[in-house]
Amino acid sequence: MLGVFWKDVRSELRTRYALNALIMFVVTTLSIILFSMAGETVGIDVLAGILWVVIFFSAMSGLSRTFVNEEERGTVMTLHLLTTPSAVFFGKLLVNLVLVLFLNVLIVVLYLLLINGFVVQSYDVFVLTLLLGSFGLASAATIIAAIVAKAHTKGTLYPVLSFPILLPLLMTVMNGTKLATAGASIAEAGGEFRILISYAVVVTSASYLLFDFVWKD
Amino acid sequence: MAWWKVGLGIWLTVVIVVALSFPIVEYPKHWYEFPIIPGLEDRARIIFFHVPAAWTTVVAFLVSLWYGARYLATKDPEADNKSSMSAGLGFTFAILATISGSIWAKFNWGSFWNWDPRETSIFMLLLIYGAYFALRSSIEVEDRRARLSSVYAIIAGLTVPFFIFIMPRVMTGLHPGSKGDVQGAGPVVQFRMAPNMLVVFFAALLGFTVLYVWLFSLSVRTSRVEAILRRRNHKVG
Repeated sequence: MLGVFWKDVRSELRTRYALNALIMFVVTTLSIILFSMAGETVGIDVLAGILWVVIFFSAMSGLSRTFVNEEERGTVMTLHLLTTPSAVFFGKLLVNLVLVLFLNVLIVVLYLLLINGFVVQSYDVFVLTLLLGSFGLASAATIIAAIVAKAHTKGTLYPVLSFPILLPLLMTVMNGTKLATAGASIAEAGGEFRILISYAVVVTSASYLLFDFVWKD
Repeated sequence: MAWWKVGLGIWLTVVIVVALSFPIVEYPKHWYEFPIIPGLEDRARIIFFHVPAAWTTVVAFLVSLWYGARYLATKDPEADNKSSMSAGLGFTFAILATISGSIWAKFNWGSFWNWDPRETSIFMLLLIYGAYFALRSSIEVEDRRARLSSVYAIIAGLTVPFFIFIMPRVMTGLHPGSKGDVQGAGPVVQFRMAPNMLVVFFAALLGFTVLYVWLFSLSVRTSRVEAILRRRNHKVG
């Protein structure tokens, strides 16, 4: 499992293909938002929503690479021979999790710096929402990436398949972010956290159980 | 034609006639009079059609899920066929529930779409069905298509409870029975329905379910014949 993880990390650091593209994607998206909001005052609830729109689409543009790469390079067979499906699954999940966390830190830092109206009142709620949201996002994104890698129209299908699955998560994290900007305490946002945790656990365990069917061809 | 098909026709006709024709009065004295519900009046009649359609959507989705799981366990192509047929029917009923609810919402809540939690959930069901069909059409190898779409249906199905059962209870909504409704916001929708309305409601529910079973067996048999014909044409051509 860690072998799969380190292999992906090393090959990513060698080419920097996904990272560079993702960073540029985030910068582009944020500048479009800045241009469209120039001179306008936008309500903080809308800004909390837009933050997650940026995170969702950045994740969608990058996370499918984990499995699509293997399929395109023709290295699936090698992985089949060398490791067990569960090692592949958790390795890829870990890669995606690291990628999502990196992405979210980047987006949030830029967002806080660049967007004037976005002020977070309670950082503990905000960070916890972000962390739990990243777990859920990574777990759903991994299994969908594995499915999409076997289909024909990979690029367009990925957000289409992911969106309905991520919708409960997205609504909850948007709510959590709104609570964080309104200065809610951890206890007040407890319901949100419980939904996020159960979501991540349910999706991860179901993906793990079903991954064999996707992986073995 | 089997007896139960005729029976279903009569059953649903009676349900429709009763649901539409029984008068709604303030103080019901006879068994054929429905009590008035404040804020709903004559528009309360939608419950006899809209709710069963939404219910059938969920049943169809669960059946699709069940056969998807069956396929993964048995690798029987017939199970996959059933899964996709049930999904197709569920999609039809979901559209019916959405359209009927949306028209009703225009007259009761003032606009066609309000992002009420239940509207959000049916919207998500429509999205899941759409994504499911998009996935199916993008994979040509049959057993691969069956496997991947089953896996997708199961994972999507697991996220549905988050919507259908948690969201409407957590968020305030416009639907009768959701949080914020004056008639009580228990964890389960408490129908304050008159007994005669309940009878008609459950009759409609039963009728819709049997209708679904009929349509399901019909479409499964049609697709089986289609598959045989396709194979035969292949041999000739």
